[in-house]
Amino acid sequence: MKLKRFNWEPYLLLLPSTLYLVLFFAWPMFQAFELAFQKDDGQLTLSYLQRMFGDAMFSEAILNTVKLIIAIVPLQFILALVMSLLMMERLRGSNTLVYIYSIPLAISDLAAGIIWFSIFTERGYLNSLMHGLGFLDKPYLFLNYQTNGPFVAIVLAEVWRATSIVFVILVAGLQSIPRDYVEAAEVFGANWFQRVWKVILPLLRPSIQTALILRTILAVQVFAVVAAVAGRGMTVLAAEAYRWYSEYRNSHMAATYAMFILSISLATAFIYLRTLRVKEEMTL
Amino acid sequence: MKKKLPSSRLIGRGLVYLAAILIALWILIPIYFITVAAFSPKDVIYAWPKSLFPQTLSLETMRFFVNAQYVLPSLWNSVKVALLTLAVSLVIGAPAGYGLARHIFPGKDIYRIMILSTRAFPIVILSIPLGVTFREWGMYDSLVSVALLHTAMALPTTILVTSSVFIGVSRELEEAATVFGCNRLQAFTRVVLPLALPGLAASAIFTFVLSWNEVFAATILTLYNRTLPARMFIQLSASPLPFRFAGGFFILVPAIVFMFFIRRYLFSLWGITLK
Amino acid sequence: MAEIRVESVRKTFGKVRAVWDVDLTVHDQEFVVLLGPSGCGKTTLLRCIVGLEQVDSGRIFIGGQDVTDLTPRRRQIAMVFQNYAVFPHLTVFENVAFGLRMQRKPKDEIKKRVQSAAELLHIEELLDRYPAQLSGGQRQRVAVARAIAVEAMVLLMDEPLSNLDALLRLEMRAELKRLLREIRATTLYVTHDQVEALSLGDRIAVMRSGQILQYDTPLNVYDKPADLFIGGFIGNPPMNFLDGEVRTEDGQVIVRTGGGEIHPSPEAGAMLHQLKEPSVLVGIRAENIETLHAPADDTLQAEVLVVEPLGSHNLITMQLGPERIKVNTDADFTAQPGQTLWLRLNADKIRWIDKASGRAL
Repeated sequence: MKLKRFNWEPYLLLLPSTLYLVLFFAWPMFQAFELAFQKDDGQLTLSYLQRMFGDAMFSEAILNTVKLIIAIVPLQFILALVMSLLMMERLRGSNTLVYIYSIPLAISDLAAGIIWFSIFTERGYLNSLMHGLGFLDKPYLFLNYQTNGPFVAIVLAEVWRATSIVFVILVAGLQSIPRDYVEAAEVFGANWFQRVWKVILPLLRPSIQTALILRTILAVQVFAVVAAVAGRGMTVLAAEAYRWYSEYRNSHMAATYAMFILSISLATAFIYLRTLRVKEEMTL
Repeated sequence: MKKKLPSSRLIGRGLVYLAAILIALWILIPIYFITVAAFSPKDVIYAWPKSLFPQTLSLETMRFFVNAQYVLPSLWNSVKVALLTLAVSLVIGAPAGYGLARHIFPGKDIYRIMILSTRAFPIVILSIPLGVTFREWGMYDSLVSVALLHTAMALPTTILVTSSVFIGVSRELEEAATVFGCNRLQAFTRVVLPLALPGLAASAIFTFVLSWNEVFAATILTLYNRTLPARMFIQLSASPLPFRFAGGFFILVPAIVFMFFIRRYLFSLWGITLK
Repeated sequence: MAEIRVESVRKTFGKVRAVWDVDLTVHDQEFVVLLGPSGCGKTTLLRCIVGLEQVDSGRIFIGGQDVTDLTPRRRQIAMVFQNYAVFPHLTVFENVAFGLRMQRKPKDEIKKRVQSAAELLHIEELLDRYPAQLSGGQRQRVAVARAIAVEAMVLLMDEPLSNLDALLRLEMRAELKRLLREIRATTLYVTHDQVEALSLGDRIAVMRSGQILQYDTPLNVYDKPADLFIGGFIGNPPMNFLDGEVRTEDGQVIVRTGGGEIHPSPEAGAMLHQLKEPSVLVGIRAENIETLHAPADDTLQAEVLVVEPLGSHNLITMQLGPERIKVNTDADFTAQPGQTLWLRLNADKIRWIDKASGRAL
């Protein structure tokens, strides 16, 4: 067999995936843009955009989405950080612990929503627990739309479900920090808190940045959890997109919402990259 | 010679264990609840207060769920979609992973950036324009369309994971195979593939779970041929409690079971894909 | 005839000239060592001969056949890799049998050849085990067994001993030499360890920056290095090089060096007389210098700096004029730092080097 000069092999191997991604990412993106800014007759328009901004549900949706993100993401990061630092402590049974901490990765947001609904619902487990402990006589309506109850329940559900995503990223990052640095800090007199604050966290920056970007982008799309816990009582951006598409059968408006979600995602990615300014490889 | 730790260190150590266990319980208890709920008879589900340690277990709720209209077909649909997604993403993604692992070539960096940048795109949002397109092509309400979209979602991860799996198989082994009589394909099937199999299987299972869990795209792209999450979502507020609980349980369990099998690869899977 | 012939081979990686205009011939049943520091191109050259790298220009012949455009599997060669490349998912038996299986040899023959290769490498007991259960040294034997089981025309080895610990390396070196002599394979062996090269090779090709500087028997490479670099690279301690100035006085050629004068041998003197430039380097090995407690004919005065007793002999570093020199003495030769001694260089063993080019004269 003669050896060829130019190596086609890598390009052939990569061709199917490149085509697929162009077909199923680039093209729909372009199409969504078209749907959002072009009427059926081909005319360019901003009317859909204007309609979205003027819609009453839009302000509610964006408010809810942003409130959720602000509540959920910091909580998750603290919890994930605690979990990953615990992993460093070399406890007995760490392996089982790691598996347990990773279980929520496998849980669908819909399932998580249903689970926490079963806890918070009127005849659910939380009420039963409170009653059992003597705090309540009657079931308390946690999921009352007038209160912040549903919001809290959703935050808990998301923190419960999605912290593992951050956890796994942080642990992988922690493992790549050479122990020498931490040990050197200890030899030179740093206590536990100082070691974490001055050595580990700075070295963990790339992972934190990656996790932040990923988690926030995922959080902007929050959808099924909200529906499972709060039903129609609370709406978020993705839910509005869904509603316009399925119920009102208006793909233009749905696409407009979609583009809006996309811009928020890109904007947050950009902001994180700028403010956390990790110089080495692109960790996105 | 064992040293006796000062009591302050013991307390510190104890607190650490306590924290670890509390967090583990925080994760496990809700799962316990939904499992109990799925195996409680109907009247218990509607009753209040519920006892935290169930007195009676029954398959009544499960049976009710499984026999409800559309449920078994939607379960089966979920399986079909997940398997198809798994197959297509592996067939398209693994070769790309191999190419990334073994070759250096102009355009490699651009390709990697393209793969990584797909993460910035809310994937669920692709489903709206694709829904429109599929409808134009007469593919509305088809499971294949869902699988195609799920594959797009899973492909970047599959490529990165398989790439690291193949990097883990030393190039020297492949070279040795070619010296001792193998052509490229034989070297791949006889040496690389057997060694890469565990990692590839883990990636496949991960893809399966991803597809199994997905709600938004599945709901948008289908009407009658729904997957289980889509079916559940549509009927959510209209369905009675037992139905919801059993459904949640059904979505949950296979995913957890599968993840148990690949638990050793969890960190490499995620850690690598996100570097 | 299993001869390896390399003609004008070039291989570049981007801007780096890994192998540049290399010619090499390994005769049938000869054991040739490619020796050089890391980055000199020896591994690249080996890989070109194996077929794992494509040459940019030049041709390669194995057994008389032009294999330049052939894939490794068609070149009828066997190789032992630096990290052994023993297949983790196969038993030792299957590993050793691998090449034979690919050649579709009948079962009995495979069994026979695997068995005899295993016996030669003393791993018969390990045939059912998996590589993960073996030590590094055992895995290395499996790699060698796999290579000899196919009974290829030519055997290529890429630093097979470098990952073993020092004691094991010593043992395996001797065993390898005996083994390869017994099976009479044409062998090309790559290493950066000059002791290995000197002990194993029939001939050594010293490489640097992609080119072969000297290709000769170990003794010649040791005694008569082709240039400054080789003299310093081979031998422990490296060859001493002293600045020297050639003078003719009273019809006799003498060389001023080390604060004194020495007389070159008659042949060397005739050659030095012809030189255009009087500046030379006097190359002399530590063991070819006689140490005396008192001045005598043809001696140079030096001061002891460091005495290192090495058990079998002493290594003494001395200040000779403006330069330092290392000298071997008997183990019972006593010397103190600061002491003055007189050195006589063995004129027959001096290697004369042109100062400007670094090449031997």
